[in-house]
Amino acid sequence: MALEVLLWCNASLLAAGAAGLVLARRRGATPLVYGASLCITLVALVAAGASLLAPASLGATRVLPVGLPWLGAHFRLDALAAFFLVVINLGGAAASLFALGYGRHEETPGRVLPFYPAFLAGMNLVLIAADAFTFLFAWEFMSLSSWALVMAHHRRPGNAAAGYLYLLMASFGTLALLLAFGLLAGPSGGYAFDAIRQAPPSAGIAAVVLVLALIGAGSKAGLVPLHVWLPLAHPAAPTHVSALMSGVMTKVAVYGFVRIVFDLLGPPAWWWGAVVPLIGGITAVMGVLYALMQDDLKRLLAYSTVENVGIIFIGLGLALAFEANEMSGAAALALTAALLHAFNHSLFKSLLFFGAGAVLTSTGERDMERLGGLIHRMPRTALACLVGAAAISALPPFNGFVSEWLTFQAILLSPALPQWLLKFLVPAVGALLALSAALAGACFVKAFGITFLGRPRTPIASAAAETDRFSLAAMFTLAALCLLAGILPGYFIDALAPVSQALTGANLPRQEQLDWLTIVPVAQSRSSYNGLLLFFFIVLSASVAAEVVHRFASAALRRSDAWDCGFPDPSPATQYSAGSFSQPIRRVFGSVVFRAREEVDLPPPGDPRAARLQVRLSDVPWDVLYRPMASVVGFAADHLNRLQFLTIRGYLTLVFGALVTLLMVLTVWQ
Amino acid sequence: MAVILDAFVQLGQMMVVLALAPLLAGYVRKVKALLLGRRGPPLLQPYRDLLRLLRKEVVLAHSASWLFRVAPYLVFAATWVAAALVPTFATGLLFSYAADMIAIVALLGSARFMLALAGLDVGTSFGGIGSSREMMIASLAEPAMLMVVFTLSLLAGSTQLSSIAAFMQGAGVGLRVSLALALVALVMVALAENARIPVDNPATHLELTMVHEAMILEYSGRHLALIEAASHVKLLLYVSVIACVFAPWGIAVSGQGWPAYLAGLAAYAVKLAASGFLLALFETAIAKMRVFRVSDFLGAALMLGLLATLLHGSPETVARRLRALRDATGLTSLLLHYPPYYGHDKAMRSLRLFAERVMPEFKR
Repeated sequence: MALEVLLWCNASLLAAGAAGLVLARRRGATPLVYGASLCITLVALVAAGASLLAPASLGATRVLPVGLPWLGAHFRLDALAAFFLVVINLGGAAASLFALGYGRHEETPGRVLPFYPAFLAGMNLVLIAADAFTFLFAWEFMSLSSWALVMAHHRRPGNAAAGYLYLLMASFGTLALLLAFGLLAGPSGGYAFDAIRQAPPSAGIAAVVLVLALIGAGSKAGLVPLHVWLPLAHPAAPTHVSALMSGVMTKVAVYGFVRIVFDLLGPPAWWWGAVVPLIGGITAVMGVLYALMQDDLKRLLAYSTVENVGIIFIGLGLALAFEANEMSGAAALALTAALLHAFNHSLFKSLLFFGAGAVLTSTGERDMERLGGLIHRMPRTALACLVGAAAISALPPFNGFVSEWLTFQAILLSPALPQWLLKFLVPAVGALLALSAALAGACFVKAFGITFLGRPRTPIASAAAETDRFSLAAMFTLAALCLLAGILPGYFIDALAPVSQALTGANLPRQEQLDWLTIVPVAQSRSSYNGLLLFFFIVLSASVAAEVVHRFASAALRRSDAWDCGFPDPSPATQYSAGSFSQPIRRVFGSVVFRAREEVDLPPPGDPRAARLQVRLSDVPWDVLYRPMASVVGFAADHLNRLQFLTIRGYLTLVFGALVTLLMVLTVWQ
Repeated sequence: MAVILDAFVQLGQMMVVLALAPLLAGYVRKVKALLLGRRGPPLLQPYRDLLRLLRKEVVLAHSASWLFRVAPYLVFAATWVAAALVPTFATGLLFSYAADMIAIVALLGSARFMLALAGLDVGTSFGGIGSSREMMIASLAEPAMLMVVFTLSLLAGSTQLSSIAAFMQGAGVGLRVSLALALVALVMVALAENARIPVDNPATHLELTMVHEAMILEYSGRHLALIEAASHVKLLLYVSVIACVFAPWGIAVSGQGWPAYLAGLAAYAVKLAASGFLLALFETAIAKMRVFRVSDFLGAALMLGLLATLLHGSPETVARRLRALRDATGLTSLLLHYPPYYGHDKAMRSLRLFAERVMPEFKR
């Protein structure tokens, strides 16, 4: 039943896209398309959520006679797909609600409206696909429709290059997935997931598939060093699409990885549990360090997505390590932590992108150095973004802390692992996770503080106005969910039980019956956390403090100039800027990670020229990996160019030679 | 009845930390002054300062927003709640299960987050410098602290402070390299987090090297009082954590009755006095570092913490511990418990190991 509803939802999303194509120039097209998307994603959300909460209804399959004639298109709704459908459609609904307001400012709706519902449909299709062909088709459909959205403002500087890089990386990732499914299907060509599940590959092939899945899904999710396209492409799209790409599409990539590695690939080898968390840890730290160095608000958020994907992969990798050693309870804990973080990240990342979008519509500015003081002009947006910033910095009592806490608890179970490498590696990954969490705090103090606090740095920032009702509604819904998932995590963990049961054969103890809704992953004496009580206590102590202070202390208040050690300066340029805020951290980490160089050009005395300080950061993966690769490709293309100018005799000889070579290969092969 | 007593202890704990925190700050200042050959301010001066600040009017910058006025209450509340969950004189606090050590560290992180934002709110150069440096210091101190938590958890099998304290009180802990490293790392983190020498100087003002003081430069009146109180409580919290983990002697355990609680309070007072003295001694003996040397200092703490997690004990000590337990208590039977996360196979393997390797040691 739920599966049929979801299939109809997909069909209606595609119809909405077609309507967008036809009506794009009419006036009512924008509210029509986004309103339709909102309704459809809400229906899909309810259908998926209901089937996740009533696990008996899961497992429905359906074969439609489209696609490859001998295969058909298989669709299946299981617990894993249902969970990710909730994530995608919740994010989709929020983005559609936001776009009802934000989309009015779109200059070229014809370039956005047809592709937006198609993008949503593509993501939904990936999740319910149950054979390799449908999966890859939907995956590529999702990539191409999001590419079209990235290219919506293709005349702005940098966007075309970002779109080109995205297209390249997306094709490369799909190629890796194509090869992975080819290996999984084996020589008999059983492309349906059921057939693959029944014939798990041998250990050597499984290792190759793991690497291919890491490349294919990892390039979409943004694992270092395959992340280079992400911070360019995500911010280039219209903001509600940026939110979808960062908050939601990366989760589809996570789904792809989980589906292949946990579901189709059979039992894992223990070293997988060393490789995946290490990549995740490096991704987390590199992502947040890059984020800290950004001045562009949307690019900062995109880099922080890289960080959070790293955290998710730490959890997934730990689950693999535990599962390989048949510690199913611990594997369930690590997997639950990873999936919960995926859910949480989709909430606060969408929220923060909406905030950046509201700032963008109100000021036309993404550069933090030209903003500031917006909390006075946009108080509601500022409040919602404050919640998002606290949640993404993993601060209690918000939701980001819960999933990172669970990941830490999973790391603390690592001494029970038998392999020495894992015993040493996992605590080191824990250190990376702790480092990235702390740096994320610094990063979002910077993002929120420089954008919303202080004094306006430019006239446009001081002339900003509060954003529209739809955008605010979307932001406050997500902010409320961030708080709710933080103080009542037990319900969300329980909802994940069918997923971890299906993938690891175990689930965490049911949390909702515990006293006061405490969460206890392993045992009460070991560790427990109660966000509700903490929230209650913080509110209580703050109100007690406020009450006591207001009753007994002086209530006098006087407005005056800032003190600033006696030297206040009216120029807003004397404030700390985004670059100066991150300077200490750049000095501590940057010389190693970015090979940061500071060049000071100080004119000699008597020369009225302004002094200049220039900071050079180098993007190491780009310099080490991509630039050499691009130059090799360029070199080869230059030299192969000669083939374009052969005579007809030359071409015929080439064809003949190729034919003979192939025939010889065939002869030798057999 | 027991629950009521526990609730009472919990409430008492909240009051004790709030009441004692300024005293500890005053005591450290006094000892420092005496060590420097000055008379120093009276012991109760921090209380007087707080009351004076509460009576004064608030001077608020024109550019300050609502966040600037809300932050002191939230900072104070988060710090107070965190301190209330650390066992000081008694374990078995009613709400200790609400937050383990990781959550306590994160609560302090929430307080710092708000304070750093407040530092940026007015839009002055000093506020920015303080916030920026505070977050740089925190970005190293917090992971170092979490590594310490990891080390303790690997030994005690728990991140719950009461469980760790109970484990450290038990026999068979002994002197361990990992614990020594963890202690050094924890002390270094505590110095950095509380803006003490050599990372920051709590006594300076109007100096470019200051971090914490620069961040709260624009605060005055009742707001400043709350922030000052929060930083006193934070110092007390770190001293309590160190005392609870590395010197758990005398902590009352739930259900031991009034004398145990009184003894616990006395022991706690002694521990505070001793650690306050050591802190003052350390601060007079050492100079403040340049701000960019702080990263080396805290990087060392992080590495020590990581090293400590890698050096935890081996499982082969079971027999030795059991023998010590038998000699101490004369036990005759033993209940084995394998936690559910072990899974079937690991539990079976552990049982077999116990039967083959440990039991023969105890055959009569």
